[in-house]
Amino acid sequence: MSLDRRTLLAAAAATPLLGRRANAQAARPLRIGVLNDQTGPYRDIGGQLSVNAVRQAVAESGAGLQVEVLAADHQNKPDVGASIARQWFDQDGVSLILDVPTSSVALAVNNVAREKNRAYVNTGAATSDLTGVQCTPNTIHWSYDTYMLARSTGGAMVAAGGDSWYFITADYVFGQQLQRDTTQFVTAAGGKVAGASRYPFPGTTDFSSFLLLAQGSGAKVLGLCNAGADTVNSIKQANEFGLTRSMKVAALLMYIADVHGLGLEVAQGLFLTESFYWDMNDRTRAFTKRFQTRMPGICPNMTNAACYSGTLHFLKAVQALGAGRATDGAAVVAQMKAMPTDDDAYGPGTIRQDGMAMFPSYLFQVKAPSESKYPWDYFKQVVATPADKAWKPLADGGCTLVKA
Amino acid sequence: MSVTILAPATAPVRAFSLMGFSKAQVWALVVLIVLIVACPWLIYPISLMRLLCFALFACAFNLLIGYVGLMSFGHAAYFGMGAYVTAWTAKNWGLTPEVSVVLGGVTGAALGLAFGWLAIRRQGIYFAMITLALGQMVAFFCVQAPFTGGEDGIQGVPRGALFGLISLKSDMAMYAAVAAVFLVCFLLIHRIVHSPFGQVLKAIRENEPRATSLGYRTDDYKLIAFVLSAGFAGIAGGMNALVVGLSTLTNVQNPLSGEVVLMALLGGMGTIFGPVVGAGIIVATETALAQADMWVKVLQGTIFVVCVLAFRRGVVGEIGHRLRINL
Amino acid sequence: MSATTAPLPSRALLERLPLRTLGVVLGVALLLFVLNAAGTIQLYRPMPVLLGQLSLGLINGAFYALLSLGLAVIFGMLNIINFAHGALFMLGAFAAWAIAAPNVWLGMISPGLAVPDWLQLGYWPALVVAPLIVGLFGLLLERTVISRLYKLDHLYGLLLTFGLALILEGLVSNGFGTSGLPYAIPDALKGPVDLGFMLMPRYRLWVLGAAAGMCFVTWLLIEKTALGARLRAATENPGLVQAFGVNVPRMISLTYAGGVALAAFAGVLAAPIYSVNPNMGSSFIITVFAVVVIGGMGSILGSIVTGFALGIVEGLTKVYYPQASATVIFVVMVIVLLARPAGLFGKAA
Repeated sequence: MSLDRRTLLAAAAATPLLGRRANAQAARPLRIGVLNDQTGPYRDIGGQLSVNAVRQAVAESGAGLQVEVLAADHQNKPDVGASIARQWFDQDGVSLILDVPTSSVALAVNNVAREKNRAYVNTGAATSDLTGVQCTPNTIHWSYDTYMLARSTGGAMVAAGGDSWYFITADYVFGQQLQRDTTQFVTAAGGKVAGASRYPFPGTTDFSSFLLLAQGSGAKVLGLCNAGADTVNSIKQANEFGLTRSMKVAALLMYIADVHGLGLEVAQGLFLTESFYWDMNDRTRAFTKRFQTRMPGICPNMTNAACYSGTLHFLKAVQALGAGRATDGAAVVAQMKAMPTDDDAYGPGTIRQDGMAMFPSYLFQVKAPSESKYPWDYFKQVVATPADKAWKPLADGGCTLVKA
Repeated sequence: MSVTILAPATAPVRAFSLMGFSKAQVWALVVLIVLIVACPWLIYPISLMRLLCFALFACAFNLLIGYVGLMSFGHAAYFGMGAYVTAWTAKNWGLTPEVSVVLGGVTGAALGLAFGWLAIRRQGIYFAMITLALGQMVAFFCVQAPFTGGEDGIQGVPRGALFGLISLKSDMAMYAAVAAVFLVCFLLIHRIVHSPFGQVLKAIRENEPRATSLGYRTDDYKLIAFVLSAGFAGIAGGMNALVVGLSTLTNVQNPLSGEVVLMALLGGMGTIFGPVVGAGIIVATETALAQADMWVKVLQGTIFVVCVLAFRRGVVGEIGHRLRINL
Repeated sequence: MSATTAPLPSRALLERLPLRTLGVVLGVALLLFVLNAAGTIQLYRPMPVLLGQLSLGLINGAFYALLSLGLAVIFGMLNIINFAHGALFMLGAFAAWAIAAPNVWLGMISPGLAVPDWLQLGYWPALVVAPLIVGLFGLLLERTVISRLYKLDHLYGLLLTFGLALILEGLVSNGFGTSGLPYAIPDALKGPVDLGFMLMPRYRLWVLGAAAGMCFVTWLLIEKTALGARLRAATENPGLVQAFGVNVPRMISLTYAGGVALAAFAGVLAAPIYSVNPNMGSSFIITVFAVVVIGGMGSILGSIVTGFALGIVEGLTKVYYPQASATVIFVVMVIVLLARPAGLFGKAA
């Protein structure tokens, strides 16, 4: 009796894993996987929005291919992310993985994609290593990285008069890298760094102590080298302490969803950089409208738009090569680098040798409540950095794919 | 907090005993071995290997809580440090897998010795909180120390060749190695429990002052058990690092410490096969539910609530209780 | 006592001095002085900076004290380690938002569903209404699920409430996202107060006052009133107290609801200054646990005093070594537990 029960139990637990294998044997359509955070702190940035963007791209591609979209939650754990990526590539015939926020997971999937020779377009992680020392012929990094954020926000703000900075930095690789990169641009543009506070990540919700130090430093700009709830808390408390009136606040990484969560009353006057904004031009507005037919009331951000553009471009490349070559990641990515891109979300652009998708970056300022005329009308554009200047120079990244 | 493990059902005395296993347990062991051999053809081997690593981790944890009655809230520290050491030595020194995994186990044991010595001085919930605090400090250290690679972790860990001869690149070869190590460690843990040493541990769990009055130096016994538990956890961590090819902060952080408690509870603390089943449930929910995207957290929470309310003895414990056998 | 054998007062004092502790403290002070002289660390900070950080730490401490109070009450009275405390704190903040902006979530249920302006209660009513709503929810939880665990080991209560916390966080994040909801500081509390060494936001001073006040009221209720006495008696010997005609199960349910209401009250206090998102509770829960353990599990006064003390310690750490400000509490916990096994104010088990 114990035998049967135990076997039943194990079988029941294994059935979801079992089912996949059986499916894999039949002649299968092209499969694209969206791997991101669906239940944790980044669910509003990628989450279901990215899945929706990919589905939209598949519907609009008109490539005449039969495409299936899979989605999974990597729960910000590299082990889980790497396992799912392996299973998708090995057993489920997935040819392309998109999104993957959280740098540790992004790098893990990067290695898996190289090992299994499939395509990988990362739109959610900040680490510039993806096109630097860890670059592979299978990986494209689309939408942003720490260099682009630092350059756009740091350099442009100094030019606009913010020449002394105080940083509040999350004490992990992402925050430290952002601070390092931004310092480089601030000092290059003639500004100076008045001081910095590093706080433990994760686990800090109260920034008052650091805001007090920032206030005391007399700097003109408060640079927030953090993301997500930390940024929201920092800004809320900066507002509480009246810092938003005496200093300019630059959020090095912030999304429109965070602004929506803060409310314009609190967020007005903030500076941030994105490579996409839904209300920039007619094409982006049209894209957003189509996006909202499936997800009403939500505006896509640069990560979702990059998922859309990346999928469209991937399907174009597969069409050019022939559907049979879809599982040869390096070949497809090489084709994607060879063809220029163009779509409603990102417009015309190219993908560089090291995998960097080259598009302009935009420094936005959050509007005051009186300036906002309709829902989600949050940003006004301050400075646009052209595509050839926005990203780190090809030779500096340390990518082995780059012929010196 | 004295952990009153719901005592396993007292089964009628049988003369049969193979290496300390009763008849029912031998059958369960056979089933386990059959499953281990058969499953990689049906289920994705990487998921299975992760399951085995966590099962070993849970068995190591169960050694402490099920048989000595000590609840450690910071057990991920030993798993994670073992993973880091194995990953680092395999990647940077090119050590063969068996050596780097053993090093991982030794690291876990050494840490267990240091922390156990501190924590043993207290009982119950205070012991648990000290282990929690020490685990947090290890996590903090791992964030700051350069060798761990911080948030990015140590990536691209090679599997190498076992004994320098058998390449472990293929998933099936790696699986065979992991399964072998798991079975050996599993039997070893069982052997430890069913030995005079193990009897003293159980006596300490039941009534420590009595054991002391009988002349046993209970602190020493508890410390040894702690070191053994931490060592096996380190081995599990090291193997996991080789399987997935990376070692990151998630292996030393609090959620993992909580998960291993859950594995033991869901499976049944104080049973032999309980932790294995518990680990299976947790890993399966993590991987299988990942495809359920939005509802992962809610489903996990519901499983815990249901298991605490309905399966208080754990799955294996309940089965054993119904059938009046010890599993 | 015979006058000839009475010991000299000074000798009695000397015998009671904790010499070992004094020795350690002096040793650490000497070490810090030497390091400062050597230039390794810089002990001197401008007075305004130090005072500013200390006052911020004090305010955080009040917050920790309030949060850990609910936990201590629940553990002390019910013997349940309430891991759902962080999630209930989060529900309090969300309830405050829901009360202030009902049209948003009503619109989510059915578009066009709205409520007249006068029903959109602001911050001040929320301070009472939100804890009431969440407290009722806590009562429901207790009656249905938690009461089954009283006779069992603490572990099961911990795991059950942990599962409950996951469910609550998951449901709320599926409903409202994780980016946070806007909640503004009430107009009457906006703006700074000049303390001389810093400009302190008026709202923070209010948090200090409200949290300290609530802690005092709770302590008074439990330690100094007849109701509190009955409660404490019921936890020590429920059978006997029930024999006296006191409805013990109802009292226990209400106590749980009370602890939950305390958490929700803290949530309302937090809503204007912390991001109102589903994970806001989990950032606090471990710290609050440490506070309760250090203070002595079940000791009300212990968790209040420890909460304040820890806020100050954390504030000082942020001045000298900010990277460790989240870990310092665990170092303190290990030291305290090794020195005093039952916590600072706890009774040895």
